[in-house]
Formats: sequence, C-alpha cells, structure tokens
Amino acid sequence: MLSQKTKDTLLGPLNVNNPVVVQVLGICSALAVTVQLKPALVMGIAVTIIVAMANVIVSLIRNTIPMRIRIIIQLVVVAALVTLVSEVLKAFAYDVAMQLSVYLGLIITNCILMGRLEAFAMTNNAWDSFLDGLGNGFGYAIILVIVAFFRELLGSGALLGYQIIPDSWYAAGYENCGMMMMPAMALILVGCIIWAHRSINKEEK
Amino acid sequence: MEHALSLFVRSIFADNMIFAFFLGMCSYLAVSKTVKTSAGLGVAVTFVLLITLPVNYLLQVYVLNPLGLSYLSFILFIAVIAAIVQIVEMVVEKFSPSLYASLGIFLPLIAVNCAIMGGSLFMQQRILLDPENVKAIANIGDAFAYALGSGIGWFMAIVCLAGIREKMEYNDVPKPLQGLGITFITVGLMAMAFMCFSGLKI
Repeated sequence: MLSQKTKDTLLGPLNVNNPVVVQVLGICSALAVTVQLKPALVMGIAVTIIVAMANVIVSLIRNTIPMRIRIIIQLVVVAALVTLVSEVLKAFAYDVAMQLSVYLGLIITNCILMGRLEAFAMTNNAWDSFLDGLGNGFGYAIILVIVAFFRELLGSGALLGYQIIPDSWYAAGYENCGMMMMPAMALILVGCIIWAHRSINKEEK
Repeated sequence: MEHALSLFVRSIFADNMIFAFFLGMCSYLAVSKTVKTSAGLGVAVTFVLLITLPVNYLLQVYVLNPLGLSYLSFILFIAVIAAIVQIVEMVVEKFSPSLYASLGIFLPLIAVNCAIMGGSLFMQQRILLDPENVKAIANIGDAFAYALGSGIGWFMAIVCLAGIREKMEYNDVPKPLQGLGITFITVGLMAMAFMCFSGLKI
C-alpha cells in the first residue's frame, strides 16, 4: 500500500532515526514531563498532532514564504497550533494541563518542530510531510513513554495512577525509590536508553 | 529589594534553568564541547533573557491582562522573542563587530532556545503568585532580577559541563555510551549535586 519511501518517512523516526535519542531534538520537555505516565502520554499525543499539522500547513504554503523571514512564519504557525491544543486541553483535561504547565507552551520552542519544518516540510509535499510529522511525533512519544514507565513504576509503584506493586511487598520492606522522582534520574535514564539503543543499532552506523 | 535579591540567588541555584527545569537542553548539549564557545552562548542567552523577559512582563501586565487576552500570550511572547533576537543581532553587528564575530552564529539559534521562552512562561505564572511568596514576580525590578539570575544560572551550567567534557576527552568510555550518552549521565550527576541547593533560603 505504501511505497518504500513513504514507509521510511513514517517508520524511520521510530527507531533508526529517532528524534530524541539519535537527532537529540526536543530533550527539554521529554525530560520534564516524564515523572508519571499520564502527562507523558498526553504530551506525546499533543506533540504528534502539532508536528503533523504544522508540517502540513508549512508544506502547503512553502512556496509563498520569503526565505529571510521563514523562521518567524514557522514560529507563528506553531504558536497558533499550540495555543489551540492548550485551550482544548484546559477545557477537557484540566488537571493534566496543569501538570504539564509551562511545558505545554514550550512545545513552540521544541526543536523537533523547527527541525522537521526546516528539514522536511520546506522541501516536500503535504502528504509526505504529514507522514513525517506523525512518524517523528510517535518517535518522540515512545521515548517519553519508556522513560515515564520506569520513573512511575520505580518512583511511585504505580502506572497511570493505579498501584502496581502489591501491598505485601511494601509490608516485606520494599520501598519506592524517591530518587526516580527527581529531575536528575530522567537524565540518567535517557542516557541509558541511548546506550541501549546504540548497542542494538551498532551495525547500522 | 531584598525580595529581588532572593529571587536572583534562587534562580541561579535552586531554580536553575538546566538542572531543575531542563530548559534550553538542546543547545546546552549541542554547544558544550569547548569552554570558549559555550561561554559565548551563555553570554548571548543571558543578554537576550535580560531584554525579552522584562518586555514580556510589561506586555503581560499592561496589555494582555487588562484586555483579557492572555490566551494569546504564546504567540505574542514568541513574536517578541523572535523580533528582539533579530534586533539584537542587527545592533550588535553594527556597533560591535568583534562581539558579533564571537556571538554571531549563536544569536539566530536563541530565538528557539527553550530557556528564553520558558523564562517568559514562568514569569507569567509567577505574576499570579501571592507577593509574599519567594517565587513571586511583583514588579519590573523582580523581572530583571529573575532574568539575570536565570541567565547566569544557565551560563554557569553550560560552562561547567563544557569544562567536564573537555577533560572527559581522555577517559575510556564504553563505545555505545560515548558522546551523547555519557553527556546525559554527566548532566544527571551534576543535577544531583545541584539538588542540594533546593532547600536554600535567604
């Protein structure tokens, strides 16, 4: 159904060309919202939607944008989309919007967006740009979910707010690792993910 | 005055942009290979924060809040930041070519640095806080103090990391961990060290 090129565009960013661990884009928010799984999921979905939409819009108007002021135009497109998404989240998922706080607004300066807009949407047609946006959004979301999974499981013994570690373990002396809730552990976890990712994909380099 | 001073010191150590909030991480990791270039970027970030944050403070308090338009703040803030970065670039190029030569390549990058936008968004939240709160930004002086403190905190963080990375060149790091991986872990350890400032009271 999909040609090889579109397949690469869509699936490449999930692993080999992952925006977070390979291209090192969008680290700021990836680290900050991963204390729990739920905000991480919401953030991943929000970024996916925004990247895909922004890619389509910029790709449609790419021939009319003057080169000198393209960054400002891209920023305005992204800022408008982020405003929309944040208003929707405030209306339907207020508690998550509050948890994400400034990091929702910081999607505007998320390097994934500017990177994809500059590198892909400015030179490709709308459909390919849409797929590229989806792929990169999912690639970002996967890393967020992995980090958040470990941080929530080890840090508070729960997943998506439901307790996973049985009470009998706590009775037997098991304790939650408070360190996992600290910002520092997010950095170290991402470092370990990069380590694992590079060891697995070694032969392709 | 006391409040502004406390805000200043807190934003350098306890509320450090990098170690507590991960803001400006992309350029932080990408440009911290040598001390010299990272110091250049640190100065540029401090400089732009010092201009954009008070301007956005005035816009928020005297334009957006009275008109009830605060949902437009994202677009307005990013437009102000992009415009000011452009103006700063032109002014520096005209009046100080030597400074432009050292900062030049970093200035356009700063428009999309999360630390700048994050500073403005935190400022927006902190306006709403009770004035007694140590984190509150109640007037333009506080906004300057917060901007300067955040900028210096960012500068310090990037210069420290660049120093460590320069030394780490000689270390025997496992192959898949080299480069980015070990940098993340280094930053994590630095963040742990900075956590000891979190109870700081002045």
